[in-house]
Amino acid sequence: MDLKDLYRDVIVDHNRSPRNFREIDPPRRVADGYNPLCGDKLRVYLRLDGDTIEDVAFEGSGCAISVASASLMTEILKGKSEAEALDLFERMHGLLTGAEGSRDDLQSFGKLAALSGVREYPTRVKCASLCWHTMKSALTDGGSVTTE
Amino acid sequence: MRAHAQVTGGELATSAIRADFPILDQDVNGHALAYLDNAASSQRPRQVIDAVADYYRHDHANVHRGVHQLSQRATEAFEGARSKLRAFINAASDREIIWTRGTTESINLVAQAWARPRLGPGDEILISLMEHHANIVPWQMVCEQTGARLVVTPIDERGQLRMDEFERLLNSRTRLVAMGHVSNALGTINPVRDIISLARARDVPVLLDGAQAVPHMAVDVRELDCDFYAFSGHKMCGPTGIGILYGRESLLEEMPPWQGGGDMILAVSFDGTVYNDLPWKFEAGTPNIAGAIGMGAAAEYLQALGMESVAAREAELLEHATGVLSQVPGLRIIGTADAKAAVVSFVLEGVHPHDIGTIVDAEGIAVRTGHHCAMPVMDFFKVPATARASYAFYNTEEETERLAAALRKAREMFA
Repeated sequence: MDLKDLYRDVIVDHNRSPRNFREIDPPRRVADGYNPLCGDKLRVYLRLDGDTIEDVAFEGSGCAISVASASLMTEILKGKSEAEALDLFERMHGLLTGAEGSRDDLQSFGKLAALSGVREYPTRVKCASLCWHTMKSALTDGGSVTTE
Repeated sequence: MRAHAQVTGGELATSAIRADFPILDQDVNGHALAYLDNAASSQRPRQVIDAVADYYRHDHANVHRGVHQLSQRATEAFEGARSKLRAFINAASDREIIWTRGTTESINLVAQAWARPRLGPGDEILISLMEHHANIVPWQMVCEQTGARLVVTPIDERGQLRMDEFERLLNSRTRLVAMGHVSNALGTINPVRDIISLARARDVPVLLDGAQAVPHMAVDVRELDCDFYAFSGHKMCGPTGIGILYGRESLLEEMPPWQGGGDMILAVSFDGTVYNDLPWKFEAGTPNIAGAIGMGAAAEYLQALGMESVAAREAELLEHATGVLSQVPGLRIIGTADAKAAVVSFVLEGVHPHDIGTIVDAEGIAVRTGHHCAMPVMDFFKVPATARASYAFYNTEEETERLAAALRKAREMFA
């Protein structure tokens, strides 16, 4: 195991200076995510224009993986449709776990591919996926998400 | 008893001791394992592993049942282990030593069989803010069941119990004091003698959660004069899934059984059942025989080392670790009580504890990261989590040096 596979430059950079780290004023959709195991707490905000994610942001605290993952997520989701966002949610599972049958190559994930290092660290997969579950909750029902 | 190369003139010989612990001799991620997560669970010496294996190889049968040879051997080994644990904490009688699954079950037993039938609205159970969840949630459940109230003694900025507040909160409504002997999250050794004498003056019984104390210092329940004392096998070099509830005999006698089944009865009929005597009244079903035998072997191992020698060695490790880790830039130790066990909980500026855990693991160093089952403590210190290095007598100063080096590396990585 090489730590550099986990803590790639992109991750370290997004942890140090998270993008879209702010609140979005109403009207908005919002959801809270919490990982009681390590104390990660995220709040994800979305503003939709019709079917399109016009703005997305987050606040909270957590480990480098969870903060960087949330930051990268906000960058990639802006301008996507609801359906595209939910599809990406599904594909992220394959990226993070390296699950058999995941239909994507790393290239198709763009910057998000930097998170693929968590595959080698099973205890850290939930750190990277917390923001995605929280985003899905904000998009579909609006509530809180707990991962353990 | 065997000769002990492990201890000479009251001082522990670390290399001879480490040779007793086969698990310590391995590489993790290409580095020698440095196991600094002893507050979560300690490791086992071959004497414990052999005791369990020998039992299964030669002596296993159910206990308290058969007249056949193996059942007699198993019963003798099982009850012999009880006597070893009785001696280890200097209880007056084997009748006061109840086998449980661990500290958690011991506390739940007292909550359900002692507190629940006695408590009602207006009654109070007094605990502290630094308790492990195992000494919080069973009391919350009893409070829900009875209408009693859970009262929490605050702590100060160094993680010490506020004794002035304890004295104030201990009042005529207090029916039970339940306190940790040593805090798992902070390492604080609580002034249990003062707590007990204040409570006794008001005729309030005291339960001590000794999970983090028994492995690290001599504990004498008669000298302490506590009413209940709970601890686990796996934190004192014994097996998992086994523990002890010590209870003052007069209190145990008054308590109803808390689980029904085999072994806890003398006679069963549909007209009524006669319960067994102490301690078996509280031990329904076939017990964890191998676990008990292993825990007996662990107590014997620790006694051979001498708990004073264990405590002295761990005090050296703590002093060294506190000094070395304090030198790491950006490191803040959480829990700086005057009286501490060898536990160093800390946060590192700019590096989340969870990342610390992964980064030091890559160097073969095992530490715990998270809330340590003590979320109220994390809230008090306004941190989401800490990293924690917790020591046993077999650890070395070199392992702390390696941890400090790995933490400096972590800081550089995230700078």
